[in-house]
Amino acid sequence: MLTTEDARLIDHLHGGFPLADRPFAAVGQALGWSEERVIERLHQLLAQGVLTRFGPLFQIERAGGQFVLAAIAVPEERFEAVAAQVNAFAEVAHNYRRSHALNMWFVVAAESPALAQDALARIEAATGLAVLAFPKEEEYFVELRLPALRQPGAPAGGTPWH
Amino acid sequence: MALSAFDRALIAATQGGLPLVARPYEAVGAMLGASGEQVQERLAQMLQDGLIRRIGAVPNHYRLGYTANGMSVWDVCDEQAAELGPRVAALPFVSHCYRRPRHLPGWPYNLFAMLHGTSRAAVAAQAAEVAALLGQACRSHDILYSTAILKKTGLRLKD
Repeated sequence: MLTTEDARLIDHLHGGFPLADRPFAAVGQALGWSEERVIERLHQLLAQGVLTRFGPLFQIERAGGQFVLAAIAVPEERFEAVAAQVNAFAEVAHNYRRSHALNMWFVVAAESPALAQDALARIEAATGLAVLAFPKEEEYFVELRLPALRQPGAPAGGTPWH
Repeated sequence: MALSAFDRALIAATQGGLPLVARPYEAVGAMLGASGEQVQERLAQMLQDGLIRRIGAVPNHYRLGYTANGMSVWDVCDEQAAELGPRVAALPFVSHCYRRPRHLPGWPYNLFAMLHGTSRAAVAAQAAEVAALLGQACRSHDILYSTAILKKTGLRLKD
């Protein structure tokens, strides 16, 4: 859980970082913080792994690229080794272990559908395991915008759902 | 929309994150032989074109207290998927919602909706709401909880 102050910063940054000469100063102004404090807290939150990334989120499909969700049923005894093999592919953007016979779910991001297919084929060859592809046929909504939860007892401050 | 050489360099320079300095766009521009204004203008255009979804922070939702994250999957009759998909997506606790191919016989599910809660009980309650919304159009469903993040880096363009 986060401090109320960090939660405010994360909620604020989820919506959009300003395009301005000194954007951290603009964020600070909105929060009543100094520019230095915004930068320092972001450093810390990234170092602690509370934030995995901070910057532009590219939607490569708009430039002809493709994201493909894929899954493998990995034998339990090989799980770590296969995870290392799959993660070694630069095209693999995310990878999650999930509770199911198909226990490894990852996303391949490539500059074209052909390159995505190629990456999936190479992952299949490298692991010797069948890769099931789940390319999206329709996207209904994509917006991961979870409110940062406050520490118990901390004042809520602001609406949780934007 | 094809990427220009400048676009590719801009994506390569920022896909790992923006530099945490007072003038980040100027710092990115310095890497590309461009001004901070040029970087801001191109990023603004990319946002407008949808090539950038947003500029912001990507939280590790586990670290935000969302320790139960379930990929809920539903076998929804094809004729009704187009009507029901957007309604599932509009539920406030659904972050991503897609129609994807089935892989029969083992995988009958064609509608995927990501659910996030502070406990599996909370996620199960969310799934019950989805089930109520889908009603008779849904033949079966499952929730695949994520038990570990193995990798989360985002896009990486190849050189």
